[in-house]
Amino acid sequence: MCFQSYFGHLLWGPHKIRSRAVCGPRAPSCPWLVYTLFSSCSPKVCVVGSGPGGFYTAQHLIKARPDVELDIYERLPVPFGLVRFGVAPDHPEVKNVINTFTQTAKHSRCNFYGNVNVGRDVTINELKEAYHAVVLSYGAEGNRTMGVPGEDLAGVYAAKDFVGWYNGLPNCRELNPDLSCETAVILGQGNVALDVARILLAPISMLKSTDITQPALEALAQSQVRRVLIVGRRGPLQIACTIKEIREMVNLPGTKPEMLPADFEGISEVLKDVPRPRKRLTELMLKTALETPGEKELERRKSASRSWGFRFFRSPVEVLAEPRTNKTSAIRLAVNRLEGSGADAQAVLTGEVEDVTCGLVISSIGYRSLLIDPGLPFDSRKAIIPNSMGRIQHTPGVYCSGWVKTGPTGVIATTMNNSFDTARSMMEDMDSGALDVSAVKSGSQSITALLRGRGVKPVTFADWEKIDSVETKKGEAEGKPREKLLSVEEMLQVAQT
Amino acid sequence: MAASAAVRTSVGLTLKLSRIIPDCSSCPLYGSKSCVRSATNSQRRSSQDTFRIIYRHLQTSIGLYHSDDGSSNTEDPDDVVNVVYVDRTGQRIPVQAKVGDNVMYLAHKHGIDLEGACEASLACSTCHVYVSDAHFDKLPEPDEREDDMLDMAAMLQENSRLGCQIILTRELDGMELTLPKVTRNFYVDGHVPKPH
Repeated sequence: MCFQSYFGHLLWGPHKIRSRAVCGPRAPSCPWLVYTLFSSCSPKVCVVGSGPGGFYTAQHLIKARPDVELDIYERLPVPFGLVRFGVAPDHPEVKNVINTFTQTAKHSRCNFYGNVNVGRDVTINELKEAYHAVVLSYGAEGNRTMGVPGEDLAGVYAAKDFVGWYNGLPNCRELNPDLSCETAVILGQGNVALDVARILLAPISMLKSTDITQPALEALAQSQVRRVLIVGRRGPLQIACTIKEIREMVNLPGTKPEMLPADFEGISEVLKDVPRPRKRLTELMLKTALETPGEKELERRKSASRSWGFRFFRSPVEVLAEPRTNKTSAIRLAVNRLEGSGADAQAVLTGEVEDVTCGLVISSIGYRSLLIDPGLPFDSRKAIIPNSMGRIQHTPGVYCSGWVKTGPTGVIATTMNNSFDTARSMMEDMDSGALDVSAVKSGSQSITALLRGRGVKPVTFADWEKIDSVETKKGEAEGKPREKLLSVEEMLQVAQT
Repeated sequence: MAASAAVRTSVGLTLKLSRIIPDCSSCPLYGSKSCVRSATNSQRRSSQDTFRIIYRHLQTSIGLYHSDDGSSNTEDPDDVVNVVYVDRTGQRIPVQAKVGDNVMYLAHKHGIDLEGACEASLACSTCHVYVSDAHFDKLPEPDEREDDMLDMAAMLQENSRLGCQIILTRELDGMELTLPKVTRNFYVDGHVPKPH
């Protein structure tokens, strides 16, 4: 408890210590207020979800306020969310952020509780009872569906599940995608689509030293996919991916680009007024699509056995099946034209359709947040929790950060800024009194007791480190940074013995 | 007493964490044995131990970014490079550094809130800084990969660079590195969320 209130206790006899009443107006720079040990003064916050959204919010709060105690709840036994399950295996540097998150998790004022399903094992209301503030950072685990006939055919997969499969997400391990066809069509042109294309076409020699799962590596080694088309509704100026990923495709060994010059008509003329990021990206595409390659590049393309290309102005209409086997045989695409320009350009149907032969269709048109507790407001059109600067509407004391706050777009840096923003809102509310942190809250003490009573055994951060160690050792034997455990059962076995 | 020991440790830590010296005269512990700055308190260890365990993580800068600048304590004047960081609140923080220091790790060493998610691998844009105009042209041209990452940074400007790619030289003495104010209006001012 703050020392002033401690002395107050001595002087005025035992009574419920209310920090504000005794300490006077909050003086954040006063170093004499000790918060952590005696619960009355320490704000207790819980974060639901241990991906970048959750961890960056936690990091900011812990750093900015010496009194906040933080508990992070995570459904899986393992932390880090999309950093572990979304970032492509051949992008290990992007995963370095795990080191920052690890430091936060091991901070004395932070605790990690894995294997806890908020919504099923414990409710939001129970968390609100136990904590001064709850932050929802559980991301977007659902899919936007294409909504076309044939979407359920064998050979059609959501990119989220395909990525989950090669990244070891436990509920994607049975995906067994059929890679026995020559052409794959990916709907969507964001970075996830580019990642999928790259993993489908990358040389096995490149993949086998990454943390891609062993079953995926073996399946890809047998894959007969030789051509990947990455299809978007609109044009080159509206493509959603970033330049790094395009460059990786252009430079991917053993592959050659296959673009349609007609798709790029009129593009270079409008480039001079376009902001730098869009300009550089478009210039790279133009170069790849239109420029005559030099001798060296020509040689490289001649010997390439695999190809990839963007296809623009096409929307999926139906996935067609081979009548006898009912396996995917083609995708019917509607031809669009653009109305308007720039980011707001709209794709309008022309009435024409085009069939593309393929055996693998991967829809990469967006992740989607789900509602985990009926007590929360939810905007099902945008699939986000309605909020204002991270403060959930009509729900005082509950905040959100990451993709569940803004929608499922953005790289780690975007989520970082978004999470810091939510943390700032929370701090403002603590300082103004809009978030009342004077009451005594039981925090993890009551929640862990509740979970115990329900037969739920949380996985601590130290337990995760056991899993981490097992995965790293298994990986060493194979020349990989880690060999991920693929099921929750295996993870719990290692964590809890 | 537990409370005073905790106060003592907390004070020490707060002093280390912030550069603000507390106003001791307003504190009732001032001059007493419980005061951390008192010479007599060094004898009282036992109750302090528990708190030390709890607080040890706080001793190091939160965010614990290891310093990669191979620091030694030489104060060779030819080696000194003075730079100024301007943090997100506008506060100016002068730093005395050395030739060869990395701007991102230097910021970490001095508790300036410049993130470095990918740890200087050109795989993110979280160490984005604005470089003072007088010094911007003295920096070597960015690698294509740095430009690719800068393209993803919020509030990109002509004088934007990634801090992890700036290595100090004598020429850069007096350089100012401003952290972009990623403000509450981040989304309100028409900014479009970046693709993923």
